[in-house]
Amino acid sequence: MKRRDFLRVTLAVGAAASLPVLRPRRASADKPAAWPAEGFDAETLTDAMKRTVGKSDVPLSPKVKLNVPKTAENGAVVPVTVEVDSPMTAADYIETLYLYVDNNPRPLASEFHFTPASGKAYVQQRLKMGGTSNVRAVAKTNKGQLMATAQEVRVTIAGCG
Amino acid sequence: MAQNIGNPLISMPASAKKGEVIEVHCLIMHPMTTGLHKNEQGKLVGGSTPAHFVKTVDVTFNDKPVMNADWGIAVSTNPFLAFTMRAEQSGTLKIVWKDNKGGIWSVESKLTVA
Repeated sequence: MKRRDFLRVTLAVGAAASLPVLRPRRASADKPAAWPAEGFDAETLTDAMKRTVGKSDVPLSPKVKLNVPKTAENGAVVPVTVEVDSPMTAADYIETLYLYVDNNPRPLASEFHFTPASGKAYVQQRLKMGGTSNVRAVAKTNKGQLMATAQEVRVTIAGCG
Repeated sequence: MAQNIGNPLISMPASAKKGEVIEVHCLIMHPMTTGLHKNEQGKLVGGSTPAHFVKTVDVTFNDKPVMNADWGIAVSTNPFLAFTMRAEQSGTLKIVWKDNKGGIWSVESKLTVA
């Protein structure tokens, strides 16, 4: 297959996959909803936030604790730890945690959906960063309240191909 | 090119007190390619290496949901994940990874609650 044909095929498949489809929001913790393609396809932070939490300005809160290095030598593996203060009871828990890298070509990095059985709204993972950027965490409670925090990571060697 | 893929690993305590919140660490080998590269003009376009990445991680304990994750292309190669769980009863924790090409891997670990 020629490179041009290959590109055409992959682009066509990509376009079909990104067609907007109506999809029910996550109905309950027992039935995980479909992977939120519209959020992951967003190319700006504003779009990514609007498509995931419905708005692009979320109040900062000291309850959202984000631990990232101030400087990352290797943007391909930036350790990110997030914990959100919450009793994590059936009446009051963090339902979803969104992680964004503001300046990445696709700013939404991951979504975590917790349950009261999670015990804590806590995750640790490694993210790729295309360059120096804020890493942003937005938490949503089971009552729909949003809170956020952000911290800049200076990247010496970019981690996106 | 031969690619290391799969081989999921889990690390968590084998026992816990009732009500204790335990931390679970897990890791899977996966290329996590983005499918994007920069062309001569520095513009991001679809690359010759297609996107191949883990999209979801589902965690259950005795078949009840604990946590699940949706991931995009920004998650690093060979993704590591740490999360917590409240230990209420003895049973089996199961983690299932699914990628965008139909790959599925899972790992289980037993927990005894005293």
